[in-house]
Amino acid sequence: MALKLKLHTQPDVPMEADCICPNRMQSLSDNEIENLTVFHGNRQVKLGDFFKCDGDNDGDIIIDGDLSNIKHIGSAMLSGKITVEGNVGVHTGAAMRGGEIIIQGNASDWLGPEMLGGRITVQGDAGHMVGSGYRGSTAGMQGGEIIVHGNVKNETGHVMRRGLIVVGGNAGDFTGVNMLAGTIIVLGEMGIRAGAGMKRGTIICQNKAEILPTFTQSCDYQPSFIRRYLKYLTTLGLSINESLINGPFERWCGDSVELNRGEILLYAGK
Amino acid sequence: MKIKSTEIVDTFAEAFKMFGSRIVITAATKEWAMAAAQSITGFATSVIGCKCEAGIEAEIPAEETPDLRPGVSVLLFAMDADSVGKRLMERIGQCVMTCPTTACYNGLQEGSSVTVGGNLRYFGDGYQISKLLGDNKLWRIPVMDGEFLIDDTFNVKESVGGGNLLILGKDQTATLKAAKAATKAMREIPDIILPFPNGVVRSGSKVGSKYKSLIASTNDAYCPTLRGIVDNSETEEGINSVLEIVIDGLTLESVEEAMRVGMTAAAKPGVKKISAGNYGGGLGQYQIQLHQLMDKQD
Repeated sequence: MALKLKLHTQPDVPMEADCICPNRMQSLSDNEIENLTVFHGNRQVKLGDFFKCDGDNDGDIIIDGDLSNIKHIGSAMLSGKITVEGNVGVHTGAAMRGGEIIIQGNASDWLGPEMLGGRITVQGDAGHMVGSGYRGSTAGMQGGEIIVHGNVKNETGHVMRRGLIVVGGNAGDFTGVNMLAGTIIVLGEMGIRAGAGMKRGTIICQNKAEILPTFTQSCDYQPSFIRRYLKYLTTLGLSINESLINGPFERWCGDSVELNRGEILLYAGK
Repeated sequence: MKIKSTEIVDTFAEAFKMFGSRIVITAATKEWAMAAAQSITGFATSVIGCKCEAGIEAEIPAEETPDLRPGVSVLLFAMDADSVGKRLMERIGQCVMTCPTTACYNGLQEGSSVTVGGNLRYFGDGYQISKLLGDNKLWRIPVMDGEFLIDDTFNVKESVGGGNLLILGKDQTATLKAAKAATKAMREIPDIILPFPNGVVRSGSKVGSKYKSLIASTNDAYCPTLRGIVDNSETEEGINSVLEIVIDGLTLESVEEAMRVGMTAAAKPGVKKISAGNYGGGLGQYQIQLHQLMDKQD
């Protein structure tokens, strides 16, 4: 039976609740879980002041409520599953290594920053800095998958080093900025300056996009690996246009202000 | 025991432990996938002379392949896992990577892994790109028609090689007809290949030779032309042609099933006997008794 957390009191200020994580709640009783410490603003309070806890922690946590003001859910998560029946706040899944977080609503900024493994699925939209590195950090996302069914804002995959980010809708500006490696797939449209400063890595977009002048168009071709990725995405519940699977892609190489080994692949079919 | 008028000899096929892999080749069209599959399985009839045994297992519909293109699955066997890895390297590098539009994937979930794409990537001369999708590492190697995509590693599992049937007929026409019917039925069984030309071998061999440098030589006991010359001839009067079907499989069960359906299909007018090759039971790890196989069917 899953552990159920129900938000009964909305925090007045942002709350840090990195204790909401299957590996941190493992083998704790409901009472012990409600006594876990969280930061409400700069004050230490008990999780039970905001959440009602019920059920057994078998590695599966279901959270009911609007958690837009709650930060760091599933931070450094190792295994198990968190399902949020609502929105989540910033830093959800920060540095997570394994397991799965499913967000049935929207996610705020800094979703899965410096993530190492596991999977985050957002059925709504996400904010800025999805799968990014913190400011000053040399590597962002280093493994795992972030699947956002809706739109995302700016700097998705900033200094991303490994892993997969999929955006079902549109992405904001600077997608894959300073990217080191990894794959970003945008099934909607991308904003300006995608791939700026990228060394390696792949950005794939279903639509035309404005490409920086420091990128060079190499060819139109039909890469087999995209077909493999798109087939995989269908297993994750994303709707993929068949023409995208079969279609040609424009390959742009860049960013020449850096290593010039990155690529942006834009669907070139009609 | 008889199937219709054909006698099933009370003997066994002596099969060996081998190591096998499944290679899934996809391409823009079925024809190109098949061209690569035929190329990779060329000169791979017997480990004795070819270092491996390989054959086409099946065509795969596009919707079932990893990249949604038409595919062909190929099985390749050798005597140890390292040898499988080496042969995969050589053959995928020379026969699949060279074939237009192809991609090449590991088709086995179980077993140990050998690095293939991870070595072939050096052909990319530094322009190769790795991708990690789930637990699968892929290599994209730039080639003149785009990219060659290949899995980093391929799985190798313990398998069974050398399952076999001997079809003893009254003449070449009847024996060929029976062998053709048998191979057609056997190809419907998954996890097996028939590595010889069209699945049939006429130059069956015995272990050793009068010539010291040879490890195998003609199976004189089954050569009709030597009846009356050799002491141990199995080609009694009325048997004027013998053909062998060799089966390699990923599991013992699949080899047995292939042999069973093969015997049933081969039992045609003009086929006097169906037997199997063995070395007295002292060499192979598996003894597949023909009568027991047919009893299973009952």
